Amino acid sequence: MSVMEIIETSQFLTFKLDQESYALDITQVREVLDFAEITKVPRMPEYMRGVINLRGGVVPVVDLRLKFGMTRTEKTVNTCVIIIILNIEGESILLGALADSVQEVITMEPDQIVPPPKIGTRLNTEFIKGMGKKNDEFIIIIDIDKVFSLDEVAVYQSHEDGQALKDGRIVK
Amino acid sequence: MNDLKEVEKIYRQEAEERLTEIEETVLEIEENPEDQEAINRLFRAVHTIKGSGAMFGFNEIAEFSHHLETTLDKVRNGELSVTKDLIDLILKSRDYINALLKGDRQEVEEGHRIIAALERLVPEAKDEVRWSAQSDSDRCEDAKETTYRIRFRPDHTLFLNGTDPIALFDELRTLGECYITPLIKDVPLLNDIDPEHCFLSWDIILTSMTAINTIKDVFIFVEDSCELEIDVIDREGDLEENKRIGEILVDRKELSGEEINKELKKQKKLGELLVESEIVDKETIGAVLTEQKQVKAVRDKRLQESNTSTIRVAADKLDTLVDLVGELVTTQARLSQFSLNHGNQGLSSIAEEMERLIAELRDNTMSMRMMPIGTTFGNFKRLVRDLSAELGKEIELVTEGAETELDKTVIERMADPLMHLIRNSIDHGIESPEKRLEAGKACKGTILLKAQYKGAYVVITIEDDGGGLKVEAIKAKAVQKGLISKDADISDKEAFNLIFAPGFSTAETVSSVSGRGVGMDVVKKTIDSLRGAIEVKSARGRGTTMMLKLPLTLAIISGLLVRVGTGHFVIPLASVEECVELTGEIAERSHGSNILNLRGEIVPYIRLRDRFGITEDKPDLEHIVITDVHGRRIGFVVDNVVGGNQTVIKSLGPAFKHMKNLSGATILGDGTVALILDVNALA
Repeated sequence: MSVMEIIETSQFLTFKLDQESYALDITQVREVLDFAEITKVPRMPEYMRGVINLRGGVVPVVDLRLKFGMTRTEKTVNTCVIIIILNIEGESILLGALADSVQEVITMEPDQIVPPPKIGTRLNTEFIKGMGKKNDEFIIIIDIDKVFSLDEVAVYQSHEDGQALKDGRIVK
Repeated sequence: MNDLKEVEKIYRQEAEERLTEIEETVLEIEENPEDQEAINRLFRAVHTIKGSGAMFGFNEIAEFSHHLETTLDKVRNGELSVTKDLIDLILKSRDYINALLKGDRQEVEEGHRIIAALERLVPEAKDEVRWSAQSDSDRCEDAKETTYRIRFRPDHTLFLNGTDPIALFDELRTLGECYITPLIKDVPLLNDIDPEHCFLSWDIILTSMTAINTIKDVFIFVEDSCELEIDVIDREGDLEENKRIGEILVDRKELSGEEINKELKKQKKLGELLVESEIVDKETIGAVLTEQKQVKAVRDKRLQESNTSTIRVAADKLDTLVDLVGELVTTQARLSQFSLNHGNQGLSSIAEEMERLIAELRDNTMSMRMMPIGTTFGNFKRLVRDLSAELGKEIELVTEGAETELDKTVIERMADPLMHLIRNSIDHGIESPEKRLEAGKACKGTILLKAQYKGAYVVITIEDDGGGLKVEAIKAKAVQKGLISKDADISDKEAFNLIFAPGFSTAETVSSVSGRGVGMDVVKKTIDSLRGAIEVKSARGRGTTMMLKLPLTLAIISGLLVRVGTGHFVIPLASVEECVELTGEIAERSHGSNILNLRGEIVPYIRLRDRFGITEDKPDLEHIVITDVHGRRIGFVVDNVVGGNQTVIKSLGPAFKHMKNLSGATILGDGTVALILDVNALA
């Protein structure tokens, strides 16, 4: 469905997750940071690694590898945090995403981009905007807004909610 | 065009303020109809709305307010007494003006009805009302006290046509305070004088409420045979400094500025001159000078107040300022930390200086956002009045501590919950007059709305002397709703807290006022989101008390920084009571029941390590932070207590909006993030 969206020349930031190349539309990338200390937020799903301080603001950080079903991101000299601007239900949300390494900013023409294959990727094809081709290498262009629907960003812990009645809201 | 929009916006804002004032004042007048001061205030407010309405092209408002003003003028003059009908009509008019202001045009009919009703109240015939309205408004425009300078220079022939200047002056004296100075410089030597001619002229200073034309009328018969100049030299409301004699001379074109300055240089100060010639002693002059200084200081202060009170700042500018100060506090914490590690004397002294300044800046900025809570009290008076009339109850709202200041956001967000609580008191709390008399209470019920400071909190109390909460009914309902089991043995206090469950209502019927069961849970939610707490006390037959505990400000709190595993957490200092050590021995002694014996008191504790699923190694010696949660002591076990921390609260954002145990995050001196615990939710 999504190839139709890419009709003009666009720029993409490419990065690697577990040897594979991925790309994000540059308009949705705010900046790239070095991997810094992440404060863990208790009782969150594993892929929600915690929060970091972005010049005085608090930004959640997700582990894209865990989200995409790979192993946990380990810290190396190349590990980066890509600060992404998510547009969810009209709201702009800043989110940090861990990447094994950030590659470059590339320009791709619409004819360089083909629709995602129906099989053969580790990702749910819903998340893929298209496949870009650069130097005989395929780059997976991620539709990051689809990866994180609002419900997923606002991680809901039903377990905790069930406890709420007993846990301090009613009986006290 | 944009300017015009801007001006309209300002008018709207101002009119809204005036409308609030009208509402408050009307209710005051209802309580005390003899309060002339309040009536005057009301009149002035309506007059302002009318005047500026006409100026900015809100003609409908101006026209309508004019009718209201006319009626109010009658009240002011004592021609019309304050009745309930009148109060109702004024309130209706206020609502109507409000609707007009919002651009609601469908209610023109309503306006006509109100005008007609107002006119019916006035004893005189309608036509007369209209006529007097006209002259009234004329007078109002000029009803300011004005000081005139009248220069009266009659021709020599003044006496010849039979004019007696004394008669003219007497007439002037009837208009107001009048000082007359005769000028005799033109009087010739006795040899040359013609006794039938007038050589005198006069300067008259008149302070009066009359318009300039009235004064001219006095001189109407001599107009042709004299030079007459009438100037306004002071008007009420003018804040211009008192003029000095030299300035007045220049004003009157008697002398030029340079001449005056030249002369002034020759002059010694009056005080010195008087002392020199031994007319008065030094002490007296000192006293006089003090007096002069004092008067000047008072005036300056008044001038300053009248200047500062008119500064308007858009709320979002203030918000940005608070955000920036928050960032500054964070950065400063990093600087302090850095200078501490660095050990450089010069650097640390600068850091300390910065710390002090920033603390001051922070307090100042915070105080800018503070508003007296009384601004919302006016609405509630109206609510109580209207609702109690509708329900046929007699209720009086008593307010205390209206001057208590709270953060603007807190006040805004509390408006709805307070409304709910007061509505509940009116509808469910206070009984009908018959029932009250049966129960041996005064026929008139009382609701007390009180705000007071308590540490870093403001406590708002809503107390009614009604029937109190029906514990049995609440329990039955809770069982029915499946909130508690049938044989649950819960205390009254716990039962009262059940009313905050969503959809909970014990009212048998749904009235227009309350009973739908929404409301109390909204109240609870709002207060939780403001990091406040609510407490219910109730005695059957004697009334209900709701105590809302709210933080003074939302942006920065004092916190206690603790560590669990590698993570740092902040516990709001306001709820911390003390810290004790938890040795392995004590933990063992309680046989895993997580209960601590604190000087004979049993205190349950919660292991944050377990609650948060932190698996890192735990130290041999742990600490318990004892907190006060809704009047109950609860301990939180942490690895280490780091110390106090000025915590700038950052929102965790939508990503963590369902996290109930955390109320936000803050940034520590080393740039890492610490999470702020919500002890109320954790306990």
